[in-house]
Amino acid sequence: MTLGSYIGRRLLMLVIILAGVITITFFLSRVLPGSPVEMMIGYRPTAEEIEAAKIELGLDKSLPVQYLSFLVDAARGDFGKSLSTGRPVIEDIGQRAGATLELTFTSMVLVLLIGIPLGVISAVNREKPADQFVRAVSIAGAALPVFMVGILLQMLFEGQLGWFPLQGRLSSSLLFDGSFEPRTGLYVIDSLIAGSWSTFFDALAHLVLPVATLTLSTLPLVTRITRNMMMEVLEEEYIRTAHAYGVRASYVHYRYALRATLIPLITVAGLTYGYMLGGTVVVEFIFDWPGLGGYLVRSISRNDFPATVGVTTVLAASYLLINLVVDLLYHAVDPRLRNT
Amino acid sequence: MSDMSAHDPAMIQPRGLAAFLRRRPLFAFGIAGLATIVACALFAPFIATHDPVAINFADKLVGPSAEHLFGTDNLGRDIFSRVVYGARTSLLIGAIVTALAIAIGAPLGLLAGYFGGKTDAFMMRGCDVFLAFPPLLLPIAITAAIGTGLLNAMIALAISWFPWYARIMRSSVLRIRSELYVDAARAMGVSHGRVMVRHIVPNAMTPIIVQGSLDFSYTILAAASLSFIGIGAQPPQIEWGLMASQARSLFMDFWWTVTFPGLAIFVTVLSINLIGDGLRDLLDPRGSSTR
Repeated sequence: MTLGSYIGRRLLMLVIILAGVITITFFLSRVLPGSPVEMMIGYRPTAEEIEAAKIELGLDKSLPVQYLSFLVDAARGDFGKSLSTGRPVIEDIGQRAGATLELTFTSMVLVLLIGIPLGVISAVNREKPADQFVRAVSIAGAALPVFMVGILLQMLFEGQLGWFPLQGRLSSSLLFDGSFEPRTGLYVIDSLIAGSWSTFFDALAHLVLPVATLTLSTLPLVTRITRNMMMEVLEEEYIRTAHAYGVRASYVHYRYALRATLIPLITVAGLTYGYMLGGTVVVEFIFDWPGLGGYLVRSISRNDFPATVGVTTVLAASYLLINLVVDLLYHAVDPRLRNT
Repeated sequence: MSDMSAHDPAMIQPRGLAAFLRRRPLFAFGIAGLATIVACALFAPFIATHDPVAINFADKLVGPSAEHLFGTDNLGRDIFSRVVYGARTSLLIGAIVTALAIAIGAPLGLLAGYFGGKTDAFMMRGCDVFLAFPPLLLPIAITAAIGTGLLNAMIALAISWFPWYARIMRSSVLRIRSELYVDAARAMGVSHGRVMVRHIVPNAMTPIIVQGSLDFSYTILAAASLSFIGIGAQPPQIEWGLMASQARSLFMDFWWTVTFPGLAIFVTVLSINLIGDGLRDLLDPRGSSTR
C-alpha cells in the first residue's frame, strides 16, 4: 500500500470516528435524562418557555432530522451560539484555543524531554537503586490527583516562596493598559513579536506553575511506558548477541536499544497529548487559565449545551488529528511498515 | 499455554501468601493502607470523632488539635470525621464504576471474541469511537450531557471505561477459543452459551481482574477530579475531591483544609496501585499491562 492510500484511509477513519464522537454526544444528550431544554432554561420552566426552547434547539423536528442537521452543522464547525456568552461557539473556541495550546504544547515538550530519559535510565539500571528511585517516585506521583499537584505547587511556590503568580496568563496591569495585543494567542510568542521583554517574562512566569502541574502529573505515565518499552527491547536477541560479542554495554544500550525504543515511543506522544487534554481541564480550572478547559467547565456549570458539545468535539478532533500525525510519522520512520 | 503452574491455586494458599508478603513489602504496605481505608468506610460512625455534617461556626477554621485531629473547615465541620466518611464515597465509587464497566464491557468482548466476523468488527469499531476520546474528557462530556452529580459522573465513568474491558476480554477469548478443550466441548455437543460460561469465562477473568484492580484506583482519581471541578459529587455529599474543591479559596491560609482530603486520596490510590501491581505479579507473572 502506498503512503498516499494509507493517508487517505486514515483520514476516512478519522472522519468516521469523529462522526461517531458527535453521534455519542448527540444521543446522550437526547436519550438520557436531563434534556437540553432543561439545560437551556433551567428548573421548572413554563410550558411556553419549553416550546420556545424546543423550536430554538430544533427539537420540534423528528429525531433523525435533528441528528442529520446537528451532524452537518458540526461538520462545518457550526455548533450554534453559546448560551452564556451569546456568541458563536466556534468564535469563543478560537479566542481561547491559543491559551490551551500554549499550556499543553509546552507541557508536552517538557514531559517527553524529562520522561523519556528517566524511563531509559530506569530500564537500563533495572532493579538497581536508580531504577527503584524512579519507580518509587512515579508510583507515588501517579497516586496524586492533578488538582493536588497544582494545589501543592501553589502552596509551595506562591504561598511559601512567592516566586510565581497564582493565576491567569498576564498581570492585570499589563493586560489592561492596552499595550499588549495578542496575535497568535500564544502570549509568550506575542510578547516577543511585540518586542516587550517585561511582558514576555510576565507571561512566562504565569506559565510556570500550570505547566509544571500538567508536566508532573503526566510524567509518571510517560516514564513507565518508556521503561516498559525499553525493557522489552533490551530482552531482544540482537541485544544479547551484541553483548555476547563484547560490544560496550553503554554502546548497546544507547546506540542499539534506545534507537529501537524511540520509534514506538512516537506513539506515546499522541497518548500523552490525550492525557494533557484531560489534565488541562482541571489545571485551567485551578489556575484560572483562560483556555478551552476552563471554558468547558464553565459551560457545563452554566448548562451551556452548545458550548459544551463544541469544545468537546474540537478537543476530541485535535486529539484524533495529533494521533493521525503520530501514526504517519511512525509509518515514515519504521522501515518495516514502509514496505507493507 | 504450557505454563499452568502460575495459575495453580496453591500459589495463593496461606503459606504462599505469607511468604509473598514478606518478599514484597510494598504489596504488604498496600494491603495495610487499603485495610485502613476500608475500616474507615465500614466503621465510620465509630471512628469519626464528630458528626461530619454538623456545622459549628464557633469552631471554624481551627487548626489540627487534640479536639479536631485534622482541624475544621470554614463551616466548623470536623475534617477528620469528614475524611473518614469520605472513604465510604470513594470506595463505593471505585467499586460501582469498575463493576459496571466490567459488566458492560466483558460480555461485549466475550461475544465479539467468540463469534468473530461481523459481530466482532461492528463491536470493536464501536469501542474505537469511545477510545478515540482523550481520557477524562469523555466522562466530562458525558456528565455534561446527562447532567452533573455523583451518580451521573459514575455512569459517565463506566460508559467511558467499558470499551477497555471489552478489548481485554476479546483478546483473552480469542486466545482461549482455539484451545483444544473448547473444541472438545463443542464436539461433544455443548451449546455455545454453556461453552462460553463454563469453559471460556473462567479462564478469561484473570486479566480482567488485574485491570479492574488498577482501574479501581483510576476511577477514584477521576471521580475526585470531576468532583473538584464541580460536576461530580455535590454538597452536602462528603467526597474527598469535593472537600478539596470547597477548600479552594482557603488553603493558602489554612493548609489543613485541603491537605488531609488530598492525603486520603493519595493513600487510597497508592495502596490500591501497589496491590494491583502485586496481584499482577501473583496472577500473571509474564503479563505486563500496556496501560
